[in-house]
Amino acid sequence: MSTPGSLQLVTSRSRIKEALLATLFFACAIVAVLGVALIFAFVAYMAFPVITEIGFLDFIFGTRWSASSGEFGILPFIVGSFVVTLGALVIGAPLAVMTAVFLSELAPPKLRAWVRPAVELLAGIPSVVYGFFGVVVVAPIVARLWGGVGFGPLTAWIILAVMIVPTIATLTEDALGSIPMGSREASFAMGATQWQTIYKVVLPAAKLGIIDAIILGMGRAIGETMAVLMVVGNAPQLFAGITAPIATLTSQIVLDMGYATGTHRTALFGMGAILFIISMALVLTVRLVARFGRAHG
Amino acid sequence: MAPEMTREPASKMTQGRDKKGSTQGKNVANNVALALFWVAAGITVSALAAILLYVIVRGIGVVTPAFIFTWPHGVNAEGGIFPVIISTIYVTGLAMLIATPVAVLAAIYLAEYARQGKIVNVIRFAADSLASVPSIVMGLFGFAFFIETLGLPFSMLAAALSLSLLMLPIIMRTTEEAIRAVPRYIRWGSYGMGATKWQTVSRVVLPAATARIITGLVLAMGRAIGETAVVFYTMGQAINLPITPLDSGRSMPVHLYLLAVEGINMQAAYGTAFLLLVLILIFNVVARYISKRYSRIKE
Repeated sequence: MSTPGSLQLVTSRSRIKEALLATLFFACAIVAVLGVALIFAFVAYMAFPVITEIGFLDFIFGTRWSASSGEFGILPFIVGSFVVTLGALVIGAPLAVMTAVFLSELAPPKLRAWVRPAVELLAGIPSVVYGFFGVVVVAPIVARLWGGVGFGPLTAWIILAVMIVPTIATLTEDALGSIPMGSREASFAMGATQWQTIYKVVLPAAKLGIIDAIILGMGRAIGETMAVLMVVGNAPQLFAGITAPIATLTSQIVLDMGYATGTHRTALFGMGAILFIISMALVLTVRLVARFGRAHG
Repeated sequence: MAPEMTREPASKMTQGRDKKGSTQGKNVANNVALALFWVAAGITVSALAAILLYVIVRGIGVVTPAFIFTWPHGVNAEGGIFPVIISTIYVTGLAMLIATPVAVLAAIYLAEYARQGKIVNVIRFAADSLASVPSIVMGLFGFAFFIETLGLPFSMLAAALSLSLLMLPIIMRTTEEAIRAVPRYIRWGSYGMGATKWQTVSRVVLPAATARIITGLVLAMGRAIGETAVVFYTMGQAINLPITPLDSGRSMPVHLYLLAVEGINMQAAYGTAFLLLVLILIFNVVARYISKRYSRIKE
């Protein structure tokens, strides 16, 4: 090129600087990839002896957990995690989706300006405070109404349901907000009521977004540790009713990690690896749902 | 013609009656359904109000200057929780110092430099996965890796490193959204004047996105303050006033957990829960204030 040197805006030095910076930014972005890979590799490595020391099937499907007698069957915890998560979803998901519909479709702007921050604040409350509230308020109420000690699946459902509301509600509200106003107007113009518009037009249009939101809420519930630990009762038993104490994968890891050694410790890492795989599977599902949505939307 | 004319009024009448009947049914169904949505929102808000009010009412009497500024003593941890508060702020600050630069630069890469493709997909998937790793698994990893393998003591540093992994995807996402919210044409103006990519990013894009980036950082910090499971087995659990990053300590959430589970000093538990909520509230209000000011400037 015939650009005179004095007019050359980008010198070779600044070109090198640009390239170095771009590399630095890329390296930082790769940290996330390395982090996940390292966590999985490490937890899996620590958990690997489970297969030789306990046996994979005995580990997953064994129903007895007793560190003192060397029995490490984690089926009670797997069942416990799913019982706690599904119950929380049954209560929390409708509550959250309806709250989101309220915010997106019904709330007068002034009320919305109060309710939305409240939902966001619900997400900011530390899980240990939820657990504490469960211990001092919810558990005694559950004990009085349903008998037992008050610590068990029911208490965990109530606490977890509230905890997953902000996750599901904010994502659902985003999904509802991205529906063009025109489809609502068309529905109203045909004489549909607001309720008919919500459940025949708005909710079906946001279906995939809501499914995403509920899957992510599920991830939050299954990985939730402290709140569940404090209210679930912590007995390594299979689910035996809504007030019978149980334990989950997460709660048992916290309980035992402080003193576990040998095979016991290996088993805890095995539970960690299973939790990791479950949460990865949920993230993957969300991606697949999104891809499905792009292909069919 | 004639038969039609005679039929017309009749059909109109039945139509009208049908319409009226169904309209009433429609309205009742509509009102009942809409009321349910109001109830759902009401339950959500009441849950928040119940937790806040309960903790505030029970805790506010406990929190005195002595509670904040003195050490606990005796078997039941009477007295204040000063070292616990300092440990919490210490570990949160350190985690933010570690996570923020990496996360912000990573977000700059994703928002400004990366071409959409396989690599970006992998990075996004990794960030999403990192964000979804259960916190106890992060704690398990931190314990086994930073403490047992790398040989760090139970310390602020080990806990902060583990926490920063948790913060990384959160800050990355909010920062990337903040950068993407800066209008395209501002960049074109800069490029048009002959600026390089980095000049454009550092002098035009980042200043425009600063307020929103800070909002995200503040919210991430609020999240880190309340985190328990990650620091439970990395920070140590003994009450200690940390000076260097290699000192151990007990954070407020861990303190609250231990008090609540042992049930020995519920007064201190209420006080700790109250202070924890106050901190979270402050972080939320600050974040809201910054983003509000930002939107006013934008207008």
